[in-house]
Amino acid sequence: MDKKIFTTPILKQNPITVLVLGICSALAVTVKLEPAIVMAISVTLVTGLSSFLISLIRKTIPNRIRIIVQLVVVAMFVILIEQILKAYVYDVSKQLSVYVGLIITNCIIMGRIEAFGLTEKPLPSLVDGLANGLGYGLILIVVAFFRELIGSGTLFGAQIIPQSWYAANGGAYLNNGLFIMPPMALILIGCLIWIQRSIQKEDK
Amino acid sequence: MNTNKNSYTVIYTIVLVAIVATILALVSMGLKQKQQTNIEVEKQLSILSSANLAQDVKSAKDKNSYVQGEFAKYITEALVVNAKGEVVESCTEDITKSGAFKISIAEEYAKMRDIDAAKDEAAKESLINELRLPVFVCNMPDGGMRFILSAYGAGLWGPIWAYVAVKKEGTELSGAIFDHSSETPGLGGEIVTDKFRNQFVDKVIFDNGEICEIKVVKGGAKDPAHEVDALSGATITSTSVQKMLTQWFNYYKPYLQLIVDGSGNMPEPGIEVKEFEQDPEVIEL
Repeated sequence: MDKKIFTTPILKQNPITVLVLGICSALAVTVKLEPAIVMAISVTLVTGLSSFLISLIRKTIPNRIRIIVQLVVVAMFVILIEQILKAYVYDVSKQLSVYVGLIITNCIIMGRIEAFGLTEKPLPSLVDGLANGLGYGLILIVVAFFRELIGSGTLFGAQIIPQSWYAANGGAYLNNGLFIMPPMALILIGCLIWIQRSIQKEDK
Repeated sequence: MNTNKNSYTVIYTIVLVAIVATILALVSMGLKQKQQTNIEVEKQLSILSSANLAQDVKSAKDKNSYVQGEFAKYITEALVVNAKGEVVESCTEDITKSGAFKISIAEEYAKMRDIDAAKDEAAKESLINELRLPVFVCNMPDGGMRFILSAYGAGLWGPIWAYVAVKKEGTELSGAIFDHSSETPGLGGEIVTDKFRNQFVDKVIFDNGEICEIKVVKGGAKDPAHEVDALSGATITSTSVQKMLTQWFNYYKPYLQLIVDGSGNMPEPGIEVKEFEQDPEVIEL
């Protein structure tokens, strides 16, 4: 199996910065690191498993209803994950609220199934799905890192910026409220796309 | 095999959906108990936190059993009161199975909205009689006593709710806790922070038989007994908090009067308390 199946989606063909898919949830769940990581894991599992399952049954799927079949499979995995989160990490599932359910509409998943899972063998499909999920997760975590650190002064909920720096305690520092709002996620992703494009241009 | 035949397509979808539905139903049944416990523990934690109990929850090894243990230890009685201040149900054991714990404050809030929209006085009256408000009696580790009341209302994007702990004298709050389902993170969502909720300590809510509104004001609270600072950038959520508390306190008013008179806590079961099942008016619910 070609190693590139795994490495390209993470950097060169990153679903967010290059294909610009899955932007919506990248804006919504990146205020704090913890939900961003749970979201990254959830999406990785869903993309990997649904690509794998679709690839497994790809020869039996009637072509005319293939999108519906894909949706049913994706929805099943998403609901499974939602139920498991609610049972085992209730706090995080509360923070993610509707966004777990909205993984179903994440364009990366359907995109990868259509472009890869439907035509390739199960194992490469699984790897391709997982790698795309990881590529998505990587961007999510980078964005969440900056948003939580600058917006709330914390990482994983623990205070990083010393309390004595704050204006309220006699310092000269204030959390930047803009980082908590969705527009800042878009700006950060824009910066990441910028950085990545300028590096890749030099490669060519 | 020709996968494009109509009959094949139909059978394929039926089988696929049946398999997926079975898997999901099984998983949902298997996890239901655990999910229910999580929801209950969340509520218990809110109730305890309003009285500033269960502070070690973050460092607790097993969050659920810690919260359940603390709840059983400090919450000694759960009452259901109506808008006349009468206690219609009292429970001192297995509080999590009590009527008070199971009351959905969202549904009671829906009734309050019906009351506000009622056309004539008679309809209003009968709707008010149907209100059921939960009260949790909390015995503090230092020997004090708190009455924990609930509140529920509309925020900017979705519901907000609160649990407030009233001191034994019935006139002041000892603490409050707020939560929301979809307020803007960093703005309205800040009602959950300790910074906001700690402002409600020692606020006067009941004086001389009247409810005192806790005013959520912009630009610095001046009256320490009645005013708290609004959240910056979240005017609607802030005023919603004020509206919600005032609305619920007004329905709790007759019961607060009982607390002030010193008879709010624990009427002997069977003497003053009407049994839940025997009250025909209640059964209609």
